Amino acid sequence: MLSKSQARTFFLGGTVITFAIFLGLSWNSLSNAVPKQTHEENLTDQVVRGKHLWESNNCMGCHTIFGEGAYYAPELTKVIDRRGEPFVKAVLTSKAPWAPNGRKMVAYGFSENDADDLVAFFKWIGEVDLNGFPPEPDLKQ
Amino acid sequence: MKYKSQQVAYWFFALSMLLLALQIVYGFIMGFAHMGYDGLHDIFPFNTCRAVHTNLLVVWILSGFMGAAYYIIPEEAENELVNVKLAYIQLITLALVGVAAIIGYHFNYWEGRKFLEIPRPLDYLVVLNVLTFLGLILATLYKGKKRTTTSLVLTMGLVFAALLYLPGMIWFDNQTMDSFFRWWVVHLWVEGVWELIMGGILAFLLIKITGVDREVIEKWLYVIVGLTFISGILGTGHHYYYIGVDKTWLIVGGIFSALEPLAFLGMALFAVAMYRKGEKKHPNKTALNWTLGTAIVSFVGAGLLGLAHTLPQVNMYTHGTLVTAMHGHLAFWGAYGMIVFAIISYTMPNMTGRKLFNTNTGMLAFWLSNIGMLGMTVAFGVAGVAQVYLERKVGIEFGLVQKEIQVHFFILVCCATLFTSGITLYIYEFIKYGRPSNEALVD
Repeated sequence: MLSKSQARTFFLGGTVITFAIFLGLSWNSLSNAVPKQTHEENLTDQVVRGKHLWESNNCMGCHTIFGEGAYYAPELTKVIDRRGEPFVKAVLTSKAPWAPNGRKMVAYGFSENDADDLVAFFKWIGEVDLNGFPPEPDLKQ
Repeated sequence: MKYKSQQVAYWFFALSMLLLALQIVYGFIMGFAHMGYDGLHDIFPFNTCRAVHTNLLVVWILSGFMGAAYYIIPEEAENELVNVKLAYIQLITLALVGVAAIIGYHFNYWEGRKFLEIPRPLDYLVVLNVLTFLGLILATLYKGKKRTTTSLVLTMGLVFAALLYLPGMIWFDNQTMDSFFRWWVVHLWVEGVWELIMGGILAFLLIKITGVDREVIEKWLYVIVGLTFISGILGTGHHYYYIGVDKTWLIVGGIFSALEPLAFLGMALFAVAMYRKGEKKHPNKTALNWTLGTAIVSFVGAGLLGLAHTLPQVNMYTHGTLVTAMHGHLAFWGAYGMIVFAIISYTMPNMTGRKLFNTNTGMLAFWLSNIGMLGMTVAFGVAGVAQVYLERKVGIEFGLVQKEIQVHFFILVCCATLFTSGITLYIYEFIKYGRPSNEALVD
């Protein structure tokens, strides 16, 4: 029967080995895959400003990108493909409350520049290779 | 209670209960908003409620863990806490930082990264606060007469939790990198080191309640936390499927996260087996209920419901939908909410000297809250599956789908009311216990 010291070895050994593998895989992903899949060369200052606006207004508190965030408002990874740039800019700059299908969004009333930064961020996000996410609706008629 | 300084735990538990009550209020606001009744939108927009709801959860659970540590460590180490005054200062600053963060969320002051919304200046205060806490725990352990496995596993969990907060504070320009390291905090907390803390508290409770030999319990504790790390560390991969990293994680994350329920299954079998094996029947039935309850509900909520959408083929469709909220609610409740309730129920009679061991209020609180939460989970699940089908398979627009599933949020709010009545009874009994008393000290 298993003794306490064997159990401890299982715990410590298992932890060290899996953590080492985890660090190795992480290092590989971050140094090889991420620059390619995210097209890091397109990560301009404007995109970074857009990311900052995305965060400082907690857009993730309602929306998702890359499927991450909250589930109150639409997924925005491919929003530029889906809606087009003028539509997205209109929503971002609107000072009047916006409530598609009755669901309200805070009227941020962003400036032209800020809206451009956010659009640049969404465009960059939309081009990241997400291993097939979001899926194509295969039952669509 | 053997040591006077263990009383500090009471105030951490009281803070815990207060924040939980507040968390529930914000949950209701969001439930109604999902139903279409968003009259409070101008004062409490959804993103504010969401950040407040999840952050209060984290703080009340952490406050419960800290209280548990302040109770367990002196008893296990056989030594008074090294500095009680500092522990109270730590409590008050924890509450102040938490309140400041939450007020900030109402004024668009946050970092806007899911679960890690606390703005940067407050992050440093959190670090300072947690360091104070760890200093007190480690010093008490160091000066103590004994270092038991239970206390070491608990302390290890707390130390790792503090260390893992740091990757979340690195700034990245690249959203993928940002998300990658955000999961080092969030995933490695809840599916890693928090389970160590839970395991430590559970082992302590089982030793006290069942009277089974410490050596046996602690041996299985090692096995369970071993399973946790072996599956959970590489299981982080299930958050890396679709965020812009390589497909290696689809395989690694898929396999290892599918093993994650084993740790929780181990925990459930372990608790039930020790209860059956134990000859001593502790009179505190309420604590026993919560102890066995947390082991079983965490297996269902965190283990099985996690498994339900962890495979990449399934997660491709469920990722970023209400299915996640379904799993999240029962997982957090079963694993971390209920373990905090278990330690509170066990320690309150010991700290106050009032032996409310087997009251109707206590029983009713247990069943109402659990049935309520189970109902909420089902409501989220039905809404989530309908959303996945209509939006991701049939391709109907988001807003139209949300209108279709509003009815499930009516059921959700009904079940949440049941849950809340259970919590209300629990808090009522907490208050009825009164303050801790020196007369409750035993040799």
